[in-house]
Amino acid sequence: MTDRVLRIGLPIGVLALGIVVWALVVYLNRIPPFVLPGPGLVFATLVKDWSLLANSLLVTLLTTFEGFVLAAIGGIGLAVLFNQSRLAEYSFYPYAVVLQVTPVVAIAPLLLIYLPQPAAVLVCAWIVAFFPVLANTTLGLNSVDHNLLALFGLYGASRAQMLWRLKLPSALPQILTGLRIAGGLSLIGAVVAEIAAGSAGAGSGLAYRIAESGYRLNIPRMFAALLLLSVAGIAIYFALSYLTYLALRRWHESVIAREL
Amino acid sequence: MAAVNNHPIISLRNVGKTFDSGTVALDGLDLDVREGEFVSLLGPSGCGKSTALRIVAGLSAPSRGAVHWAVGDDMSAERLGFVFQEPTLMPWATVAANVGLPFKLVHAKESYARERVERALERVGLSAFAQSYPRELSGGMKMRVSIARALATEPQVLLMDEPFAALDEITRFKLNNDLLALWQMLKRTVVFVTHSVFESVYLSQRIVVMTPRPGRVFTEVAINAPYPRDERFRTSAEYAALCRKVSEALSEATAEAA
Repeated sequence: MTDRVLRIGLPIGVLALGIVVWALVVYLNRIPPFVLPGPGLVFATLVKDWSLLANSLLVTLLTTFEGFVLAAIGGIGLAVLFNQSRLAEYSFYPYAVVLQVTPVVAIAPLLLIYLPQPAAVLVCAWIVAFFPVLANTTLGLNSVDHNLLALFGLYGASRAQMLWRLKLPSALPQILTGLRIAGGLSLIGAVVAEIAAGSAGAGSGLAYRIAESGYRLNIPRMFAALLLLSVAGIAIYFALSYLTYLALRRWHESVIAREL
Repeated sequence: MAAVNNHPIISLRNVGKTFDSGTVALDGLDLDVREGEFVSLLGPSGCGKSTALRIVAGLSAPSRGAVHWAVGDDMSAERLGFVFQEPTLMPWATVAANVGLPFKLVHAKESYARERVERALERVGLSAFAQSYPRELSGGMKMRVSIARALATEPQVLLMDEPFAALDEITRFKLNNDLLALWQMLKRTVVFVTHSVFESVYLSQRIVVMTPRPGRVFTEVAINAPYPRDERFRTSAEYAALCRKVSEALSEATAEAA
């Protein structure tokens, strides 16, 4: 009980302290808002520009969500394909790694040349997010208890039954770990692409708002947009953590509360 | 006492197994398993007894020699039950779903499968835990689930690979007794791999003592004590004498190889 209070109370306390210090620094040093706005002004801007920012937030969240779903399908699908066919794994896995290690910031401008902007942003989100799903799912599919594999073989299980009844359930914890990482990365991919696209003009996502506000020296709005992005990231993380909990609570050690 | 006719249900002839690493696990292994008998393969760790069992099950192919089943070579759940050293349960599935796995995989009728699962769980005394998950059970209970799964299809032959090695002694004695009771009730053939002299003498009609590296049959010891065997047998002079005899055979087998 006390542990729970501390776990929730302490971060909130630190947040409150941070805001107070921030406000004091701005106030005591008389820092002008175009250099560093105080927390009050940022919050006021958030309220004032809410309709504009909320629309941008929706755009970014939609891209993030689409990128995440495609990453989930692509990552899990590729991992299953690689697991079923060694030839496919040998042929394509290196390129999945190449796609992962090439910084997305460097790919984004190229994609913007060849693709319409919304598609380019989506592809960026996908590129960043799919690899952790692929890597974790592959790990999960390859770590199936070999005695269980032997048992399924003994009982004459087909390849499809091995996959659906054994390998995928067994890999579920790793798949969910991959998805949890992918959720955050998908947001990052979308933001990076929007920033890169910013100069191209047509964007209206939150990251585009940050770039735009930067050009106009509207620093309070930059902070407000940043705050929204951060809250979105936290919400995604908690949503996916809750999903993991729901999926694994009956059987997996990682989410079972124990009395020590 | 269960009926034993002299007809071998499984015959291994000159079976050898060399692993890719070059280790010769088995060489020139001859073994007959007779229908309805309880036979133990006894040997020190690394003598290839588990490998022999896996070859019998078809989980591993022999490098040399042949395995012959009296009833044909088609492996199925009606033919064979296998119990591993670990319980080998699916942690995401309930006890009932784990025991029902062999039926699920062959798309057996739901009502038929449910009836068989219920009967198997009843036999190992776990009816009340059908909807529990494996993590909620103790080590001994998990092993019972594993045995229930192997017995659910009522296979002709039950292969057991050191199934109780990881359990504490009290649990092991209890499961030994349960296993014997099941064997007498179901009258199936059991091939039991163990490194415990005491366990093999307590359970078996016949003990096959194996030499280590390469594994082959050193000698056989018949245990003619009548069933049912219980704690009285476990504390009898006869049991102690048999254990000494088997223990000596095991020492000789190990010494010969060294």
